[in-house]
Amino acid sequence: MPVPILKQGDCLIASIQSALTDADLLDLRDELAERVGRYRSKGVIIDVTVLDVLDSFASRTLRMMAEMIRLRGAETVIVGIQPEVAFSMVQLGLSLDGVTTVLDLEEGLAHLDRSRRARVAHAGG
Amino acid sequence: MPVDDVCVVIRSDADVVAARSMGRSLAERYGFGTTDVTMIATAISELARNILKYAHEGEIVLETVERDSRGGVSVVARDDGPGIADVGLAMQDGFSTANSLGLGLPGTRRLMDEFEIVSSPGSGTVITAIKWLR
Repeated sequence: MPVPILKQGDCLIASIQSALTDADLLDLRDELAERVGRYRSKGVIIDVTVLDVLDSFASRTLRMMAEMIRLRGAETVIVGIQPEVAFSMVQLGLSLDGVTTVLDLEEGLAHLDRSRRARVAHAGG
Repeated sequence: MPVDDVCVVIRSDADVVAARSMGRSLAERYGFGTTDVTMIATAISELARNILKYAHEGEIVLETVERDSRGGVSVVARDDGPGIADVGLAMQDGFSTANSLGLGLPGTRRLMDEFEIVSSPGSGTVITAIKWLR
C-alpha cells in the first residue's frame, strides 16, 4: 500500500498509514528521493506512529532513506516511534544513528522550522 | 483462555507482515501487555526474515504453551534451507553470512525468554522461541 506524501511549504510529510511490506518501504525511499528534487524540498518528515514493529530491515531502510535524502540536499526527521517499539529496537540491537528522531509530528515541524530559520539567518548574515 | 494455533507459510515479504500481525493478535488475546506483544511481533519478523533470506521458503508456527503452571507463546520458525554449520558462531553478535546487520539471532534471543536452534548443514533449521506471561 503506497504511503501518502504531503507537500507543505518546503517540507514533505510521509505519513505511514498501515503496516508496510519491504517493497512498500523501498517504494517510499525511491519516491521521497525523487520528490525532494521535484519540489526542491528542504525537509522531510517520516511519520511512523502507526508502525507496531521496526525490525532490522525497516531500521536499515530508514537510515538509508535519510542518507539518500541528505545527499539530495534535504534533512530527514523521523517522528512517532512508539515507546514499546523503541524498547524492542534497543533489545534487538538496532539504532538509527545519524538520523534525527523526535517525539511527534508537531516536534518534527518545529525542528524543521528551526533549521529553516538557521539557514535564513546564515544566508542573511 | 485457549487460543488457536496458527501456521503461516513464509514465501514473500508480505508473509513476514502477515506472520507478525498474527503473532501480535495471538499474544494480545492470550493476555500479554503491549511491550511484550511488540517484542514477540518483532522477534517473529526477524525469524521470518531469516527464512526468506537463507531458505527462501519455510513456515512460522505460533501457539500457546503451558509449563509449570505458566503460560506463554511459542514461535517456531522452520525451513528446509541450507542449515547452520556452527550454531554457536551464528549466535554471536555481529555474525552473518548473508551480509546483513548480523544481529538477527542474538538480538531475537534477547526479545524472547527461551530460544533454541536445531540445525545442521543440509537438514534445514528449526528455531523455537518462547515468551512467558509475567
